[in-house]
Amino acid sequence: MTRLRANDLRLGYGEHVVVDGLDLDVLDGTVTAVIGPNGCGKSTLLRALGRLLAPKGGSVLLDGKRIDKLPTREVAKIIGVLPQTPVAPEGLTVGDLVARGRHPHQTWYRQWSTVDDQAVGEALELTGMAPHADAIVDHLSGGQRQRAWISMTLAQGTDVLLLDEPITYLDLAHQVDVLDLVHALHSSRGTTVVMVLHDLNLAARYADRLVAMRDGKIVAEGPPAEVLTENLLRTVFDLDAKILTDPVADTPMVIPIGSRHRPATV
Amino acid sequence: MTSTRRTVRLGGLSFLLRPRLVVVTASGVAALLLVVALNLGIGSVHIGLSDVVSALFGAGDPLHHNIIWELRMPRTLVGILVGGALGVAGAIFQSIARNPLASPDVLGVTWGAAAAAVGVIVLEGTRGQITGGASTIGVPLAGLLGGLLAGVLLYVLSWRRGIDGYRMVLIGIGIAAIGYNLVYWLLSVGDVDDAARAVTWLVGNLADVGWDGVAPVSIALAVLVPVAVIAGRTLGGLQYGDDTARGLGIRVDRARGALLLLAVALAAVATSATGPIAFVALATPQITLRLAGTAQPPLVGSMVFGALLTVSADLVVRTVPLLSGLPVGVLTAVLGAPYLVFLFIRRRREERV
Repeated sequence: MTRLRANDLRLGYGEHVVVDGLDLDVLDGTVTAVIGPNGCGKSTLLRALGRLLAPKGGSVLLDGKRIDKLPTREVAKIIGVLPQTPVAPEGLTVGDLVARGRHPHQTWYRQWSTVDDQAVGEALELTGMAPHADAIVDHLSGGQRQRAWISMTLAQGTDVLLLDEPITYLDLAHQVDVLDLVHALHSSRGTTVVMVLHDLNLAARYADRLVAMRDGKIVAEGPPAEVLTENLLRTVFDLDAKILTDPVADTPMVIPIGSRHRPATV
Repeated sequence: MTSTRRTVRLGGLSFLLRPRLVVVTASGVAALLLVVALNLGIGSVHIGLSDVVSALFGAGDPLHHNIIWELRMPRTLVGILVGGALGVAGAIFQSIARNPLASPDVLGVTWGAAAAAVGVIVLEGTRGQITGGASTIGVPLAGLLGGLLAGVLLYVLSWRRGIDGYRMVLIGIGIAAIGYNLVYWLLSVGDVDDAARAVTWLVGNLADVGWDGVAPVSIALAVLVPVAVIAGRTLGGLQYGDDTARGLGIRVDRARGALLLLAVALAAVATSATGPIAFVALATPQITLRLAGTAQPPLVGSMVFGALLTVSADLVVRTVPLLSGLPVGVLTAVLGAPYLVFLFIRRRREERV
């Protein structure tokens, strides 16, 4: 089943076309990681899937309907988006940030319900941010701030979660920590997750499916073991690498070669 | 799951309760009532607080009744309305621009109103260049139209597939520059007496306000303020980055455009009634935000404190002999600015500790 799919999608900014003729089915209940070099259109694709960017051609379909024709508030009850560098008002508390996730479920005369209360409480518990509900978002460490933002998208209570580089600015321990959180959500709620990742080894560990992009096109997609090959890394990243098996997770592990270690004979 | 929020429920209505915001707003209302009562009581004929209250309810000395209702009430009411409107307008401008510097003065709305009003004052004056219809529309209407024109210009020029707060502030500064240069030009070509009258208008004046000045402002605000309060929830969402706001199901471009026009209307109506009362729109949202400890300027709170600042300034110019005759706009800046600076400094200190 696929609730979210892209059909012959053409995306860009102004005159500049970034993605052209792209088709993608996001399988329900899976974690998909989009990988590819800088500027290949990963984030652009994710923004289009979350209807933050209107297509220049083709369409994004949610439950068979064009996402740009659906009321944006209804979409917000199904798809949650975490942008690459989200901006919060200065001085905002974690509790208020997470409560904002309930926005699509509220109206001006019914601004807070017991369901809202429950959703926010659960989101804070799940991410371990409950003790920090009164903390100011700007004062948190990078890892905690990312947890707070993920809490907000969780409170939104959506079936689909789109995360744009959720771990890019975090240290390795916090990267693992955030991805563990994503995995926990996925397994406890069956949330469909699409995330843009740069770390191929972590992508292979945490995603059910990889989508490898280059120059606005999908080069390969499927389970990590099928997608992450030495050949693909050469095609997509122009990178010579060896693929080993991750001794912990049994997933493919990329060992880049680089000129310093390239044997002279090759 | 433990409850994370305190709420107020009333039938189908339910709102989040922020105790500190409620206390701050209620204190503002109490202070406003006190200042209003003092403003009604003090003057060439002093009326005690209890006599003010009985006069308000139709009892007491008929002379007191007359003085309060005919002379002092219109001035005080316009002070409340204009101050409140400027507070709300400032809160909206600052929220959609995500910039505490965004105010009707900086964005040019005030200067649009000023250029039009000064144009009418100077040109219809002794030079008699404006006759007939144009001279009867009067200064307030000209000010209103000028402010709205500047605001619409701001909207149109800032709109490029949506309104970007930063671009809006830059364009507003440009519009303001055109507006005040127009004002200076008009002042320099005008007759000295007209120029003096224009300057009195330019600093924001409550002195000449009568009941005929109350009606237009109150009608406009009765329509605009409820719309602003209803839109407040969306305004809160716009405080986040555009992508986050869109992800939450807010039609960002439409909402920001509509709110911008709403704030322009509020500022233009207020300015047309009294002339530009400086600093209220800039300072009160920031003062209220800091007092209430919220992350964004509260609309109702900004309205209450805008009214409080304006009426307090009016009370001071009316009662301190040294300042008598000074326009209220001079005092709002003198009262508001040091307090805002104090709040900024105190917050910095708290952060360092």
